[in-house]
Amino acid sequence: MPSLKDLKNRIESVKSTRKITKAMQMVAAAKLRRAQDAAEMARPYAERFNAVMAGLAASVGGSDSAPKLLSGTGSDQVHLLVVMTSERGLCGGFNTNIVKKAKTHAEDLRAKGKTVKILTVGKKGRDQLKRDYADAFVGHVDLSEVKKVGYADAQNIAKDVLARFDAGDFDVATLFYSKFVNVVSQDPQALQIIPAKFEDTGEDEGASTLYDYEPDEEAILADLLPRGVATQIFAGLLENGASEQGARMSAMDNATRNAGEMIDKLTIQYNRSRQAVITNELIEIISGAEAL
Amino acid sequence: MADTIQFDLVSPERSLASLEVKAVQIPGADGDLTAMPDHAPLITTLRPGILTVEAPGETSEYVVFGGFAEIGASGISVLAEKAVPKGEMTRADLDAMVEEARAAVETAKASDDNLVDDAVKLLADMEALGTHMSL
Repeated sequence: MPSLKDLKNRIESVKSTRKITKAMQMVAAAKLRRAQDAAEMARPYAERFNAVMAGLAASVGGSDSAPKLLSGTGSDQVHLLVVMTSERGLCGGFNTNIVKKAKTHAEDLRAKGKTVKILTVGKKGRDQLKRDYADAFVGHVDLSEVKKVGYADAQNIAKDVLARFDAGDFDVATLFYSKFVNVVSQDPQALQIIPAKFEDTGEDEGASTLYDYEPDEEAILADLLPRGVATQIFAGLLENGASEQGARMSAMDNATRNAGEMIDKLTIQYNRSRQAVITNELIEIISGAEAL
Repeated sequence: MADTIQFDLVSPERSLASLEVKAVQIPGADGDLTAMPDHAPLITTLRPGILTVEAPGETSEYVVFGGFAEIGASGISVLAEKAVPKGEMTRADLDAMVEEARAAVETAKASDDNLVDDAVKLLADMEALGTHMSL
């Protein structure tokens, strides 16, 4: 049975924990709004880009001279997994879910006899993957100094990935990130970025118009494909940013609620033991008086 | 014939402009061009340069780097990798970009393939842009 003083200390400490989690929740909520805005603003670019690329890829894709970024290297022996996670923890299962998805993918590939290489973005994913895949690590991108993710950051990652591709380090690259569905649910995604796949968004308008190309289609495609990689990485980073804040917000909400319940329980226990002490004292006084 | 056409200028981070315009001057990779309503459908890549937007009653200018322009029947969209209103562009920004382009030339030279020409052209474009804007 803990003493009254112990209980009091305990209650105080849980109370200050609750204050912290509450504050973190509110900070995450504010950041989430900003992250969502950023993702919203980036959407038109990505959508148009993909629409144009889909059209171009369809017209050039079949030919032998199609760029390697589009048609692939002709083999799929070496896979690069780009795993994007957060720099900070305390966001529930956010990082674990992404890592789990990447691990499943890596195991599948290994079972098929493929070589797996891993590039991580964000500290948390690196820490989790390092244990099992230390030999597969090829690099890490540190974004802990970056306050607000910009397109330049995505470009740097893309540059890194493309340099490895040009050097023949891998054949297929897959991006792992978390898609923001809503505050309570984030959906881990695996997206193949090299060779590039462009989904036809169903807008036939673009496909039916016959465009003139300046310079020719292949030159444009060669110019735009590397940018496409950057665009997809950027979109992934933004989705990830929003997901992270959403996950943190709901995790902190749960923590705040748990702390509240704990305080209630401890307070009841505290009051009971205080009452027991008072009763004890009364009994002592009364029995003392009776003895006289 | 319509007098104006929908014009959108978007960069990866945000949408910079979306309005009805009379004409747009685009710095295309193969040369500048002016797109007006009923222009033939065209997709062109951009070189670093100044994009002039002529809307009824006002003209605005943006400095754009990389990306492409799509001219279609329903509108003109310019997807620029980096776009800044001309007034906000500073010498320091441009210097940083030129420095980067110069470094790209060096790497291209070191790797010794046909990328050199592209990188040199990019650098020349950027320097010309600086002179043109008299920064």
